Amino acid sequence: MMEMFNMGDYGPYVWSCFGLTAFVVGIIEWRARQRHKIMAREIEVRLRAMEGRE
Amino acid sequence: MPGMIAAFVATTQRELLLSLRRPGDMLNPLVFFLMVSTLFPLAVGPDNETLKEIGPGVTWVAALLAMLLSLNSLFMSDYEDGSLEQLLLSAQPLPVLGLGKTLAHWLVTGLPLVIVAPIVAVTYRLPNEVIFVMMLTLLLGTISLSLLGAIGAALTVGIHRGTALLSLLVLPLSMPLLIFGARTVALAANNEVYSAGIYFLAAYAVGALTLAPFATAAALRISNE
Amino acid sequence: MWNTIWTFFHKLASPPHFYRISAILLPWLAVPGYLLVAWGTYNGLFTAPEDYQQKDAFRIIYVHVPSAYLSMMAYMVMAISAGIGLIWRMKLAHAVAAAAAPIGAAFTFLALATGSIWGRPMWGTWWEWGDPRLTSELILLFLYFGYMALRSSIGDTAKADKASAVLALVGAINVPIIHYSVEWWTSLHQGQTLLAEGGPAIDTAMLWPLLANIFGFSLIFGSMLLRRLRTEVLFRERRKRWVKELALGGQQS
Repeated sequence: MMEMFNMGDYGPYVWSCFGLTAFVVGIIEWRARQRHKIMAREIEVRLRAMEGRE
Repeated sequence: MPGMIAAFVATTQRELLLSLRRPGDMLNPLVFFLMVSTLFPLAVGPDNETLKEIGPGVTWVAALLAMLLSLNSLFMSDYEDGSLEQLLLSAQPLPVLGLGKTLAHWLVTGLPLVIVAPIVAVTYRLPNEVIFVMMLTLLLGTISLSLLGAIGAALTVGIHRGTALLSLLVLPLSMPLLIFGARTVALAANNEVYSAGIYFLAAYAVGALTLAPFATAAALRISNE
Repeated sequence: MWNTIWTFFHKLASPPHFYRISAILLPWLAVPGYLLVAWGTYNGLFTAPEDYQQKDAFRIIYVHVPSAYLSMMAYMVMAISAGIGLIWRMKLAHAVAAAAAPIGAAFTFLALATGSIWGRPMWGTWWEWGDPRLTSELILLFLYFGYMALRSSIGDTAKADKASAVLALVGAINVPIIHYSVEWWTSLHQGQTLLAEGGPAIDTAMLWPLLANIFGFSLIFGSMLLRRLRTEVLFRERRKRWVKELALGGQQS
């Protein structure tokens, strides 16, 4: 099992590449979701404020 | 058609007259070019072999930066005093007028750099034949840089503090010119075949001459909306 | 037949329709994308045989090649949609370009980082200027930065759209020139690259996971693009009635 992760001593390089990719893809995915939520909320708050003023 | 040429000549003349009234516009990039070229021997050391090695690259980088420095003022004063709007409303095609301004810019900043470059090259111990090649690459390269830079200047003209942004836009686009310009001179310095680089720079200049004025015109219209 | 397709695209270009259709389409891209990448990555790491030259270090291609591919792909998507937006004055196309740029920049960064990490054991250095691919990729990253900087420094959305579209098109013409010039520049001292062209035929057990990852990452890219595009559309249409109805109607629960 250890040998599998060691990758003939290339393990640190291989795993850091895959880890970094997973991390960056995760960040884009998370940011995209978060931005959408914030945008929807902002629009709603603005519209509610406008309704209140009317 | 004759009207177009007349308008082109008139724009160029007007620009040249304007820059004669402000000699700083012409001198600043030149002085900057000489100063940057002085920085490298001071930083690297006065070893002749090293200087000869880095000479082509340093001259090209310094010329590129000097051109960038001057680009910001290309459309700025016209934008501020409103004469750019008149340019947009002119009956003559905007790409032609923009090309006239770009030509004036090149005559005022690009051409002087080509003429002064041999002085720098001599201090870097480059032989005469190599200096000729360097002038040729700079001649072709600065034309393309002026045309490419005009697009960037037109895009950033209305933007507050656009100088850093302009460099950010134009630098990556100008990297092929730097590569071919500097490497061609280096190849000539090593007595190798260098014609490929000259052809590339000439082809790039022709391509930029045909395409860039339209991009500049489009960018000017957008910036003035 | 053509009429149906034409009306479909016409409808898709209208923001409320796009907003509705994209919500349905999104999971159909994301789920198969992540599944494919999971399969490709697992097989790339564990079942694909090791390369006879690069040993296990070659497994980095399973993330490097898709990233490099998408870095170019995203730029193409950006430039083409910028062109469509500029010529046909289609606002949705401009929104596509705006949404694609940051994702493209992220994949360009990934291609650079994984290439650099691969270079450490292979070349014995983290960075090799002599490698044309890494250098072009770096310039591509600068192009993305310039595009995003220009867009963010213009406040008016319509103006930012058009100005950055011009830049994207100028950049698109320059990308092949940059690639060619960097290749010429490095041709004097060429080293081993991560994926050599015309190299020995690649084993199918190596190839399938790679194709799965390339295709899977492309689907993920599509889903991310769609997600960011939805946010863009919502922002650009924030004063329209359909957004009002959506925001006030849907949030009651």
